[in-house]
Amino acid sequence: MQNLGLDVFFKGTNFLRLLDGLWVAVRISLISVAISIILGIAVGVLMTSKSRIIKVVSKIYLEIVRIMPQMVLLFIVYFGSTRVFRWNISAEISAIIVFSFWGVAEMGDLVRGALISIPKIQYESSEALGMAASQTYLYIILPQTVRRLIPLSINLITRMIKTTSLVMMIGIVEVLKVAQQIIEANRRVSPNATFGVFAVVFLLYFLICWPISRLASYLEKRWA
Amino acid sequence: MNTSYIEIRNLSKKYTVKDNSVEALKGVSLTIPKNEIFGVIGLSGAGKSTLVRCINLLEKPDDGEVIIDGQNLLELSKQELRLKRQKIGMIFQHFNLLEQQTVLENVCFPLEIRRVPKAERKKKALEFLEKVGLADKANAYPSQLSGGQKQRVAIARVLTNEPEVLLCDEATSALDPETTKNILNLLKHIHDTMGITIVIITHEMRVIKEICTQVAVLDNGVVQECGSVKDVFENPQSKSAKRLLLIGETEEANYVG
Repeated sequence: MQNLGLDVFFKGTNFLRLLDGLWVAVRISLISVAISIILGIAVGVLMTSKSRIIKVVSKIYLEIVRIMPQMVLLFIVYFGSTRVFRWNISAEISAIIVFSFWGVAEMGDLVRGALISIPKIQYESSEALGMAASQTYLYIILPQTVRRLIPLSINLITRMIKTTSLVMMIGIVEVLKVAQQIIEANRRVSPNATFGVFAVVFLLYFLICWPISRLASYLEKRWA
Repeated sequence: MNTSYIEIRNLSKKYTVKDNSVEALKGVSLTIPKNEIFGVIGLSGAGKSTLVRCINLLEKPDDGEVIIDGQNLLELSKQELRLKRQKIGMIFQHFNLLEQQTVLENVCFPLEIRRVPKAERKKKALEFLEKVGLADKANAYPSQLSGGQKQRVAIARVLTNEPEVLLCDEATSALDPETTKNILNLLKHIHDTMGITIVIITHEMRVIKEICTQVAVLDNGVVQECGSVKDVFENPQSKSAKRLLLIGETEEANYVG
């Protein structure tokens, strides 16, 4: 065991600290995911609008999110905006802002895609049955959209959880940072901890993301 | 008896995609009497689908009037149009059922939207399923049905609104000849028993022959000829009608041979 460097977990509260860190990461992604889904649906519906202005604005928004590395966004919000606008936001709030900014864009694009993939004839037949536009959306289009959406959005959730490892760059002590701290603190007594600790971190990410991605493929099979 | 029921006056519709514009309808006027089974025939691109979509205003015509039962549809408010549409049933080529719901739920659906109490809507839905001969499939899902059966479900669904007009947009075009015949018989039965005015849009001569009493030949966005099926078939005047008849005959010859 000495060789794998797993012994550090039995010292003090190291393992609990690691789990605490994991919870920080999961908490940030859960909150961001919730915001992304709610706002993303609204943005996605907006994106299907025929208005030129909305089209241009959403296009620019989407491109910014796609092109900008998340880390740069984190730096801009946490280090940049707090200075320029003189507001006081914690690192965790900054992270949630950035992740939601990203998630809303991607979710919006997914919703837009799912919406336009519903054949026009579905709208037509529901209108022909004498349904109002709001009823058409609520009873016909939305249920079909959600079915197409769930597998895709779950994929976004797992990507978000993985990307939370970046937030340690703005000083949030999440699972990866705790792992580094444990390794640093034990560098002399168990130099092999680098392997053991990161292996456990890998395992933790896996344990969280794997069931989610299994759920996605299950839903995909059932609802595709 | 032969009062005009659907009156279409000078209907025009133009589609513009970028710089390309297509005139789908160029001043179409039609008078469809009450209780008639009225056919509109034309080759693809003739404007039939646009015409039928203009009757219940799924497409907004650029010009002209659609008068049903004395009401000009273009003058109705959104809410009034919605209520009117419930009286103008429409069935489609690809049935458009909700795939995730059972046959019964599909048929119940318009009633649910109209907030009919649960027990009553189930009773009504079963009654109409009985009428289309699918009572035994109430709990099946659309994917378990054949094309003809799906169309029957769509017909049952539309009947729950108790429509006064039934628009059929290529309703049998995705079906084989035998099934087509069955569906047409069903439509005729519905017409006879419920007194619904039926408008049938098709490119198939035999559909018109089978059940229509009057027919309009549409070509290039214009009504080329209109009259009783007998007159138009026996003594076609327009070039388009003659061409359609020729196509119809060869099809029939191929089908028999």
